[in-house]
Formats: sequence, structure tokens, C-alpha cells
Amino acid sequence: MTSLQPDLNGASTATLEKSPIIVAKNVEKTYDNGFNVLKGVSLTVNKGEVVVLMGPSGSGKSTFIRTFNGLEPYQKGSIEIDGTPISHGKKGIELVRREVGMVFQQFNLFPHLTILKNITIGPIKLRGLSKAEAEQVAMELLERVGIAHQAEKYPGQLSGGQQQRVAIARALAMKPKVMLFDEPTSALDPEMVREVLDVMRSLAESGMTMVCVTHEVGFAREVADRIIFLTEGSLIADTTPDQFFNNPKEERLKTFLSQILH
Amino acid sequence: MDEFTLSRIFINLVIATRWTIILSLIAFVGGGLVGALIALMRISSNKLLSRISWLYIEFFQGTPLLLQLFLAFFGFSVVTGINLSPLVAAAIALTAYTSAFLGDIWRGSIQAVPRGQWQAASAIGFGYFDQLKLIILPQAVRLAIAPTVGFLVQVIKGTSLASIIGFTELSRAASLINNVTLQSLLIFGLAGLIYFALCYPLSTWSQRLEKKLAYK
Repeated sequence: MTSLQPDLNGASTATLEKSPIIVAKNVEKTYDNGFNVLKGVSLTVNKGEVVVLMGPSGSGKSTFIRTFNGLEPYQKGSIEIDGTPISHGKKGIELVRREVGMVFQQFNLFPHLTILKNITIGPIKLRGLSKAEAEQVAMELLERVGIAHQAEKYPGQLSGGQQQRVAIARALAMKPKVMLFDEPTSALDPEMVREVLDVMRSLAESGMTMVCVTHEVGFAREVADRIIFLTEGSLIADTTPDQFFNNPKEERLKTFLSQILH
Repeated sequence: MDEFTLSRIFINLVIATRWTIILSLIAFVGGGLVGALIALMRISSNKLLSRISWLYIEFFQGTPLLLQLFLAFFGFSVVTGINLSPLVAAAIALTAYTSAFLGDIWRGSIQAVPRGQWQAASAIGFGYFDQLKLIILPQAVRLAIAPTVGFLVQVIKGTSLASIIGFTELSRAASLINNVTLQSLLIFGLAGLIYFALCYPLSTWSQRLEKKLAYK
């Protein structure tokens, strides 16, 4: 009985520190062609955590992360964002999406809008900010990602690395509770990978909850709190970077690591 | 009977051109409005709406405009007993014809905007119609300008078919004057120049607009 008390205290402080923000349970998805891309994957991400998803191509990691903001429909299981269920095609999904920022492999900036407008359009139309307020927020964010001087340019005038940093600023402008990164550096020239990772690193240090699909081993090692390993639609490992890289237990993970760590 | 001088021929052709322009404008506006609806139905996730608009496009693209004019002019009165004036019949047929083509052109332009743009817009939290209005359509419009104007030039020339159901626009006026004067080369040459004068500025304007709207 006496040992129960500290345990309870321990549990309550643990829930304070570890309040879940993404709760995915047994998410299953099959494509129309019958391919079973997610075979019941569960994952809980807590506030302030940086979780990196790794796995061979075709493992379902991009599909999985896209279910978190309802871009990808799934057939079975459930996903909650900060307590609100989310699924593709559900009414009111826009409201949940505002809380979930997403950065894409191909940046997907809006080519017909200036950098500044790319960032302010969401806050103005959806968060009810005035143009001046939204522009102030946007300029602060552009300052943070180091491209404030490009605010009046169009996306096509920027390099890939700069565009991706704008995309991060655009997502942050909505003041999301979580940021999702879907292979944010995979489409970049090698010399631009670092500037994007630096922004992501400083974002992680600021306490943002992040889920990143990435092949960047250095980033995963240094920044991740947890690394998730997916293969063939199943979650095989959920562990610390140290365990993941230095003491992998699963055969398929060992094979994967031997392929990516030259 | 009065002598048909060159200037009188020309003035008569220009007066008839008024009807070519009016008919073209009706086709542009009517066809544009219906065409926008058809394009939206075509990209809708609602299978029934999409199917109906597909049938509409296939029917009016797959049959000659002349036949559509006959159907509107003769067919309508057979079915309803109401005789349509050549202008109303031509307006209906040209609107249907134009909307089918514009609907298909605009559907293609909307679908040519990369899927990532829809995804980025929805990831920010925009609903379907905001995505369409703020992100997709401004990009689709740029893609649509050249084929749209190209088709409108076809429509202007297509209005000449309304002469067959007795509507006196430029071509029929030319034909009528020719019956009296028999100066075929002069009269049809002049009519051709007037068509060209209508169509050519439209094409050059479209090229300028395209350049102006091109991404920096």
C-alpha cells in the first residue's frame, strides 16, 4: 500500500508531462487495387515530442502520417488529434486540420501568390486575423526561417530550400498544435538539405510537437525523442534513437540500417 | 431597285455583323455560365452529377452544331408546338454547344493544377469551396485562357451556321446581297475580312493576357 502512493504520484506527473496529442489506434488502409498499405498501426505522440518515422519505401510511412490530418482515408481504426477524431471526408475536418501543420516533400507553395500571401492567406481567411496582424506574424516567421527579405517574391523565384522554409513558415502561421513533415528534404538538392533541417531543429528546440517522415539519419539521431520503424504496413519498432541505431533488435530493422548507414 | 455600291454593300454587311456579335456574346455568356456549372459538376465527387455532365459534354461535342441548331429550331416546335424565333433557337443551340466545350476545357484546366495544391490548401484547413476559389481556380484560369479564347474564335465563326435556320447575321446577309448583285468574290471576301477583324484581336488579346498572368 505504501508503495502505491508514490506510484500514483508518479503516474499523475507522467500524464502531465506526457499528454497525448496524436492517438492513432489500429489504423488500417487498403488501396482500391487491394494493396494493404497499413495493417493496423497504432501510435501515440505526446505534446512536445519529436517523433521520426523511418522505413523502406513503400512501407506506408507517408500514408500513415497523411492520415493524421485526414489527407489519406483509412478504413479501420481511429485517429484523434488532441481529443478530436479525424478522418477523411468527415464533416468539420477543416477545423481539425487547422491545428495540424503539414510540410510536403514537394513544398506545394501556391505559385500565384507572393511568399507573404502564401503565409497570410490561412490566418486571414481562417483565423480571422486582419491583414496587418497576419503580415506581422508572417514577417516574424519569415525572419525566423531566414527569408524575410524575399517576402514580396513569388515561389518560383526561390530555391527549393528557401521554398521549403517558406512552407514551414506557412504551416506555423496557423499556430498548429502539431507539425507533420512528409519527407521534407527528399526533393532538395544536397546543399539545401541542411538549411531546412536547421529550421526543423530549432523548431523542435522551441518545444513544437513534430512527426517527421525522413531519411535524414543525422537529424533522427540528434533531434528525435523516439524513432518509429515501419515496414510493409506494420510498426516494427518504437524506440529511442540510441537503441534504434546502436542496438537494433529486429532483423528487418538491422537490414534497413545496413542499407542506409554506409 | 437601288444600285448596290461598294459602300452600300459594306454598310449592309456591317449592320448584319451586329447580329453575329450579339449571337457570339450570348454564346459566350450563356455558354460560360452553363460551362462553369458543367465543369464543377464534372470534377465533383458526386458520381451522379459527374455522370450527367459527362453525358452532356459527350452529346454536344459529339454532334454537329448544325444538327443542334435544327433540333432547337425544328425539334422544339415539334415537341412543344411552340415556334422559336431563329434568334432564340440559335441562342439555345450555341449556348449548349459552347458550354459543352468550355465545360470540358475548364475541367481539364482545373485537373491540370497539381494535386499537391489541393492537399496544401486542405492541410491549412480550407474547405472545398475555399480551396477551389482561393487556390485552384486562380491557377486554372491561367491554364484555361489560351484554349478558351481559341474556342471562342471557333464560336464566332460557328454563328455563321445560324444562317441556315434563317437568322440574318453576317454570312446570311452576305449570301442575300450576293443573290442580288452576284459580286461573289467581293462580298464574301468582305465578309471574310469582317470575321477576321472580329477574331484576330481576340487571339492577340489572349496572348497578351497569358503573358501578363504568367508566373514570375
